[in-house]
Amino acid sequence: MTEVTEATAAGGNPLTRSWRRASEIDPRYLIAFLITLVLVAAQLRYHMLGSYDRLVLALAVCTATEALLSWFDRGKVVNLLSAYISGISLTLLIKPQGGALWPFVLGGFLAISSKYVLRHKGNHLWNPTNFAISALLLAAPDRVSILSHQFGNDLTTNLVIWMFGLVIAARVGVIHITLAYVASFLLLGAARAAALGQPVIPEIAPITGPMYQLFVFFMITDPRTVVRGKRGQIVVAVLIAVTETLIRFASDQGWALPTAFNAAPPILALAIVGPVAKWLDLRR
Amino acid sequence: MPHSHLPARPGPNVRRAIIAVPFLAAILLAMRLDRGPIRSATDAAHPGFMLRDETSAAGIHFVHHRPTFDPKIAGIEPHVAAVGASVSVTDFDGDGRPDLYFTNSRFGEPNALYHNRGDGTFEEVAASAGLADLNRPGEGVSMGAVWGDMDNDGREDVLVYRYGYLALFRNIDGHHFEDITEKAGLHRWVNSNGAIWLDYDRDGLLDLYVTAYFRDVDLWHLADTRIMHNSFEFATNGGKNLMFHNLGNGKFEDVTDKLGVGSTRWSLAAASADFNGDGWPDIYLANDYGPEELYLNDHGRRFVHATAGLESESKSGMGVALGDAFNRGRIDAFVTNISERGYLFQNNNLRVNEMSERGRFRNVSEGEIADAGWAWGSQFGDFNNDGANELFVANGFISADRTKSYWYAMSKIAGANGRLFEDAATWPAFGNASLSGYEQSRVYLNRGVAGWIDVASKVGVKDLYDGRAVALADLSSRGAVDVIVANQNQPALLYRDYPDRANHWIAFKLIGTRSNRSAIGAEVVLEAGDLRQRRVIDGGSGFASQNDRRLHFGLGSHEWVDRVVIHWPSGTQQILLRPAIDRFVTVTEPRR
Repeated sequence: MTEVTEATAAGGNPLTRSWRRASEIDPRYLIAFLITLVLVAAQLRYHMLGSYDRLVLALAVCTATEALLSWFDRGKVVNLLSAYISGISLTLLIKPQGGALWPFVLGGFLAISSKYVLRHKGNHLWNPTNFAISALLLAAPDRVSILSHQFGNDLTTNLVIWMFGLVIAARVGVIHITLAYVASFLLLGAARAAALGQPVIPEIAPITGPMYQLFVFFMITDPRTVVRGKRGQIVVAVLIAVTETLIRFASDQGWALPTAFNAAPPILALAIVGPVAKWLDLRR
Repeated sequence: MPHSHLPARPGPNVRRAIIAVPFLAAILLAMRLDRGPIRSATDAAHPGFMLRDETSAAGIHFVHHRPTFDPKIAGIEPHVAAVGASVSVTDFDGDGRPDLYFTNSRFGEPNALYHNRGDGTFEEVAASAGLADLNRPGEGVSMGAVWGDMDNDGREDVLVYRYGYLALFRNIDGHHFEDITEKAGLHRWVNSNGAIWLDYDRDGLLDLYVTAYFRDVDLWHLADTRIMHNSFEFATNGGKNLMFHNLGNGKFEDVTDKLGVGSTRWSLAAASADFNGDGWPDIYLANDYGPEELYLNDHGRRFVHATAGLESESKSGMGVALGDAFNRGRIDAFVTNISERGYLFQNNNLRVNEMSERGRFRNVSEGEIADAGWAWGSQFGDFNNDGANELFVANGFISADRTKSYWYAMSKIAGANGRLFEDAATWPAFGNASLSGYEQSRVYLNRGVAGWIDVASKVGVKDLYDGRAVALADLSSRGAVDVIVANQNQPALLYRDYPDRANHWIAFKLIGTRSNRSAIGAEVVLEAGDLRQRRVIDGGSGFASQNDRRLHFGLGSHEWVDRVVIHWPSGTQQILLRPAIDRFVTVTEPRR
């Protein structure tokens, strides 16, 4: 999901020495640390992988594809950390029918190769994991679903992931994106509930779930696919929430959307808004 | 350096176009795989049997009615009230023919006891037997029943479990039943969806294990609406399962805590067999909102909660069927779960028993057998008598308005924090929506290492009812495994099995002497040439169901059986050599 290729200045916050030390760490490693933490916690506490073969396969396909395509396209093998992040993200988010492994193979390949195919002015437009999951959900809805509730619905786990996620998002300099999206989601969820005459809690409840945790900390904050400037980033985060609200509103009305829209509204909203915003940003 | 002789590096657009080829191919491949495996697995043009719906011809007109509850939970009543259709097989009058008992779940609606006339038809006799009027305000509504000869008098007694008080009936004379719940010390309120008879201490008396789903709240008079599970994956706030020891004087003693079997994991079903081969019956639980559980019996003194590889996948266990899936002479477990395309693939579990070697079960479920929709009851049975078990799986949760699905609403809360959806009032209102409704039952043909394939349409199983309980019985004692399905809020079905006549079979009726007379828990291992298969007499299995106590084995083309080893619950082992085939064989346990 999140790819960081440039160390982001932390602003020299003098509060603690450890924070200063953290500021000197390449943000890619912080992101990799967080996603690994999520994976390990999910596996140790909830056994959510089911089997390790899917993890091995997703990581192997992502890193091999990245190595091969970067060598072919750029004449050198790039750092494979972002492929590692994509591999773990796919392992966490893809839930196939009958333990099938092909979604991890195709998902891994689509995630990485999308960076080399769907480009504008030398930049890729989609967050790789977001693209791969959206593509699989739309192309193979009868065989692939997305993580919905395998995190145990547990407050402690929620708090740990949110705490680490917020700290690392702040360190990477993308916390405003996360907060803008979350605030928009809550407000729009409440507004939608009011418009439909439904209770508020079911409408805002999803934000406490695992799909959203991965979404707000890894997908919408991907520095390679967000637009330039804090203001623009906040606007795009709000637009993603608005698009998601429209999708959910259509689902509430029972409109005949592809199942992917009903099952993963934020993922599809980002897949629609993100690349358009990035493309417009690159044209400036 | 002669650089000019190296091939020119393609430009960026060309490189991009080259990468785009496999990129597009991957998307097309995903679309193709969405339609199914590239190499078709269908070689089942001749499954070797047909299942014909002969419900009406048999005179079975039972229709289940779902319960209604406290208006405080009206918003999700369709969900909470989506259980209660059950069927159990018994020979209550001892005439040698299996009869059927169906439960109903609405106040005032009667349960039904169908007496097998022996001519292919049934007559309903529940009222005269005293087993009809069991759904009454203040007492609860029926969820299922299990039969067993608890006092070893040669007549099968019955426990009806309810959302409400347990109800135990003694079979007086083969025609009439007496409510002995109070006398037996079983007047307990349990919101139960399952129970099994088993003789856990091998004293020759059937004991009772009762599973609990909701806590012991009165669902018609709720103090508050915080009655739901607190996790979709690891909930432990369900009702407490109970074990009752049969004291032999018509009374039962609660030994739950003493034995350590009081799981509070929202158990929907239990089944028992000697999984680890130590001679003592163990207990396997299918839990909703949580991992399956295995309790290993430590010589009747206590049960040990064993992980056995079951903790690796937490799902929504709906039912557990026992059978020898691959003719290894072991009792394996098939646990049904929920799959809804596009939303959720929990996948069913086919757990191969490797307890003796590795102390664990291994899940080998993949392909078609993994996804049976929202699956409930299932049973292993050799429908074509080829010597390998098929699997019948009932499915479908709530069939209401076809144009409205609750799955989207469900997805809002399924990922939320547990404290939110523990409160039934938090859930989006159900309305008239369907939730995995109108699903077709699955009939999986066993092709050994080639896997299992669904032949339901091919063999004639095309109903779209919301199936719950599945029970198997050779209703006409003709060497065929008939299927009885209890459907939620819908008519029950009887599918008569018509296997190809080329194959042989044998069936055993066991009568316990030192063991319980119903021989519940007895395991039979049959050997015929290269065929080896094990079966167990169940005291309840699947979901809210119980099979014929007689054990049926298909033999394929084998024209003789080499030997049969009977492991009686008492610990006695009995060997039969070369029994006659294509018939029922009655075996009485040696007294010494």
